[in-house]
Amino acid sequence: MIRAFSYNEFLFLLSAVQWTLALSAIAFIGGATVGLVIALARTSDIKAVRLAATGYIQLFQGTPLLMQLFLVFFGATVMGLDLNPWAAAALGLTLNASAFLGEIWRGCIQAVPRGQWEAASALGLRYPGLMRYVILPQAVKVAVPPTVGFLVQLIKSTSLAAIIGFTELTRAGQIVNNATFQPFLVFGIVAVLYFLMCWPLSLLSARLERRYALATR
Amino acid sequence: MNYTFDFKAVIDSWDYLLQGAWLTVQLSIGAMVLGLIVAILCALGKTSGPKPVRWVINAYIEVVRNTPFLVQIFLIFFGLPTMGIRLSPDLAALIAMVVNVGAYATEIIRAGIESIQKGQIEAGLALGLKPLQVFRYIVIKPALRTVYPALTSQFILLMLSSSVVSAISADELTSVANNIQSQTFRSFEIYIVVTGIYLMLAMMFSALFAGIYKLAFAYDTDRR
Repeated sequence: MIRAFSYNEFLFLLSAVQWTLALSAIAFIGGATVGLVIALARTSDIKAVRLAATGYIQLFQGTPLLMQLFLVFFGATVMGLDLNPWAAAALGLTLNASAFLGEIWRGCIQAVPRGQWEAASALGLRYPGLMRYVILPQAVKVAVPPTVGFLVQLIKSTSLAAIIGFTELTRAGQIVNNATFQPFLVFGIVAVLYFLMCWPLSLLSARLERRYALATR
Repeated sequence: MNYTFDFKAVIDSWDYLLQGAWLTVQLSIGAMVLGLIVAILCALGKTSGPKPVRWVINAYIEVVRNTPFLVQIFLIFFGLPTMGIRLSPDLAALIAMVVNVGAYATEIIRAGIESIQKGQIEAGLALGLKPLQVFRYIVIKPALRTVYPALTSQFILLMLSSSVVSAISADELTSVANNIQSQTFRSFEIYIVVTGIYLMLAMMFSALFAGIYKLAFAYDTDRR
């Protein structure tokens, strides 16, 4: 039976936005936590640690996110765990985001001039203090614009959770489209909703980048 | 962990998987070539077109870059038929990929074109080169050389994101994997092998791009 697209369908799509946002937030928090470790490992003095982090990044950047989600989803069964699509999507996106953020932040850490490292260790700071009080505070300034830019990519990536069956915005669009069969209208609205989430962040990222470029000129 | 791995299903359907991988390669190369053409035209329009043209191109770029690829695919595959345009899944996939990569590549190439100094173009014209020659030798080739690393990593991302077109069942690698999975239920084994194939494809494309750079863009001094 074909239903008409009414205000209720629109509300259903709108309420699915919260799941897209929740998934993005969890993946970002998880990804940032693991990503910081990856970035530190990637800039470590110990070669084995550096190589392991490089391998991790290349593995996640060299394979499709969809495959990573499938592997987490089906891999959990292999390990005897029963992950629901929500947990699988959150875990898969976290791992993926950590690799991307790790690589972005590696660049930011390395952008801090070498003299700062030397001065800090000459003053007797060991690694934890050196990172915490000298390097990271300076790296954060460089990191903000690309991190905001990455958030846009992350929000868009959450749409793939629809394929493993988690009902976020895109999946909600599929459900409504199956009932109303008005793909242009339904996916048009879905696209507009994504655009409203992502575009402000894109603009913000570009603005921060310009401001940073001016400040360092 | 008491799961027994069984790769028989994967080995039995190896030929089928390779067919899928081949379509992934074809779709990717097709989208790279067509996307590059779209991007060069849009980048030109954006740097030297009249205002309305620039405005349209900007809108195209912002819309594509701020909406998910999956939704773009759905709009093209399910949306266009309601306007009377019927597409096969493979063609819809190709169009979606071209539209998507075109937007990203436009911004990359625009940056390259803007890095060419005006004096270079004036010098070319003063030396008697025709406008088309100036464009070819003085604008686009150095511009592409400058942005080559950014452009090719975008292309590799495109190849990886092509797995998403399995959502409309184009017959590429991920769809093939889904088909085998639904017949044999050996999900983990299949997806781990397919992930490995994607990783190899990514490495092959990177090697291919390095080769193209040597042939087409390297300065003589680079070759020594």
